[in-house]
Amino acid sequence: MKKDIFKIANKKLNSRLIVGTGKYKNFIQTAKAINASGADMVTVAVRRVNILDKKKPTLMDYLDPKKIIYLPNTAGCFNSFEALRTLRLAREMGGWKLVKLEVLGDKKTLYPDMLETIKTTKILVKEGFKVLVYCTDDPLQAKKLEDEGATAIMPLASPIGSGLGIQNKINISLIIKQSKVPVIIDAGIGTASDATIAMEMGCDGVLINSAIAQAKNPILMAKSFKNAVISGRQSFLSGRMKKNYFAIPSSPAKGLI
Amino acid sequence: MAKIQLNGKKILLGPKMTIYNLIKKYKLDKKKVAVEINGKIALKQNFKKIFLKDQDKIEIVHFIGGG
Repeated sequence: MKKDIFKIANKKLNSRLIVGTGKYKNFIQTAKAINASGADMVTVAVRRVNILDKKKPTLMDYLDPKKIIYLPNTAGCFNSFEALRTLRLAREMGGWKLVKLEVLGDKKTLYPDMLETIKTTKILVKEGFKVLVYCTDDPLQAKKLEDEGATAIMPLASPIGSGLGIQNKINISLIIKQSKVPVIIDAGIGTASDATIAMEMGCDGVLINSAIAQAKNPILMAKSFKNAVISGRQSFLSGRMKKNYFAIPSSPAKGLI
Repeated sequence: MAKIQLNGKKILLGPKMTIYNLIKKYKLDKKKVAVEINGKIALKQNFKKIFLKDQDKIEIVHFIGGG
């Protein structure tokens, strides 16, 4: 069997699980959970430095960007201008060209504004960024993003932080079937089995934040997601049995006493 | 003296301060931050050349936990 390799923008990743670094109790818990998840890529946000507290620890003190791939994200940006500003700053910080774009359209649902998202993707690609793009589960919009040069398509399973799991399997399947770039489920995964389902469907990876960070035991949940993603991928590669409407006995009828 | 706005807060600086001096003053590591001056990115190699003047708006950002 061919070796199963996961690559994003020519970066070989050992894990198909990408983990967010938000919402943890503290940096120690963040680092422990990420370590337990086995992820080699984490999303990070860009925010103002707290100038009043000079001794405050920073994320980089706990997660070494030389050892784990930082994926700067535009979380909280509601238009193209804000998203571009954020990612250009991220790039200046230390050469980060591999980025995650999300341009939100509504504060209540945090649904992506696809018009702004597509427009911003085009500009970022032109500027040499490798863009992983958070999007709706609409196959047409996903195709547009791919045509604009997105490095990976990241459709939502359900709203960010909702934990509702995959709400539209048909659309996700259509996106997987049509895409030539990796498809990574982003947002809405609630528990490990949701990730397994996504991987069994043929997604190339999943991005998890809240489901791990908000579990009662985030470190154990991170481990659970690690296994769930591996399990789902192996199940996908194995090729599941055909579904039948009636029972088919597992033991041979021949020789029955 | 220069009255500038740093990350949304008004601060008073001594004369002839550069971005490099500002970063030192706040004990920040230039490898871990990015700086914007009046809406434009200040390149790291220019930190020592950019002098801060009255009304400048500076943003210093870094990476934090996020999804």
